[in-house]
Amino acid sequence: MNISWYIVLSSLLFATGVLGILIRRSPMVILLCLELMLNAGNLALVAFSRMVGNGQGQVFAVIVMVIAACEVVVGLGLIVAIFRRKLPLNVDDLRELRG
Amino acid sequence: MEAVVFFVAAIGALGGAFGVIAMRNPFYSVLALIVHLFSLAALFLLLTSAFVAAAQVVVYAGAVMVLYVFVVAYVGGGGESAWEPIPGQRFLAPLLAIALFTELSIAVLGSALKALETHGPDTPNGFGDPAAIGRLLLEKFLLPFEASSILLLLAAVGAIVLAARRREEEGDTPSKHSTSRLEGVSPSAPNA
Repeated sequence: MNISWYIVLSSLLFATGVLGILIRRSPMVILLCLELMLNAGNLALVAFSRMVGNGQGQVFAVIVMVIAACEVVVGLGLIVAIFRRKLPLNVDDLRELRG
Repeated sequence: MEAVVFFVAAIGALGGAFGVIAMRNPFYSVLALIVHLFSLAALFLLLTSAFVAAAQVVVYAGAVMVLYVFVVAYVGGGGESAWEPIPGQRFLAPLLAIALFTELSIAVLGSALKALETHGPDTPNGFGDPAAIGRLLLEKFLLPFEASSILLLLAAVGAIVLAARRREEEGDTPSKHSTSRLEGVSPSAPNA
């Protein structure tokens, strides 16, 4: 398979993640869509690494995975904190930083 | 053979992605994301990056998704309101996503990268296996490796600070954390 197939698939997955962030309102699903976008970036990194024939892009992909894990942990901590304060889990209602 | 595996994995990845954004229940969204992650791992294997594929399955589909499942079970899947703050948002958003996809495709495929239309060069034996990635991480990318470990530690501490139960939320009487469970049983008992 040509590398361009992987790149097109990666941009399609990225656009799907953007679509999910735009139409969904639950913060949890928005975090899942962020994961989709990070994974699309990962696929592009690995595909370009194969294209160049160099393993350095795969190291980038591994570090992107670490960043994604950090983002998930902090985001889920925020969701649990919002739930504990009995605030609505809806990004349209959560528009003020001051509660 | 390679094309068959590619298309099956690509359909799995796309179907998982659409499942994430289409499911009403967040629990099903998480399950769809697991399907997506496994399909991506198959794609990584096709690109001869065995270590990234293994890390994808073990770290993402194993650890991170378990975290999601626990939080979804704790918070519960609340139904989303049908109210739209921006009129026509459900029609504008797919339009913008399609525009972004065409833009990205034109930007990448219209570039002068000749190697995009090839399979990539022949790789040496052991390309992308754990030994190669480990050598790169510990020799060439030592500083980003250490920085990411510090970042993981910070994220763990931050999550504990964010999600920890605060004292003023538990009740009026200030108490130690070790007795909070007892207070929850009999909150009205004064100095029991």
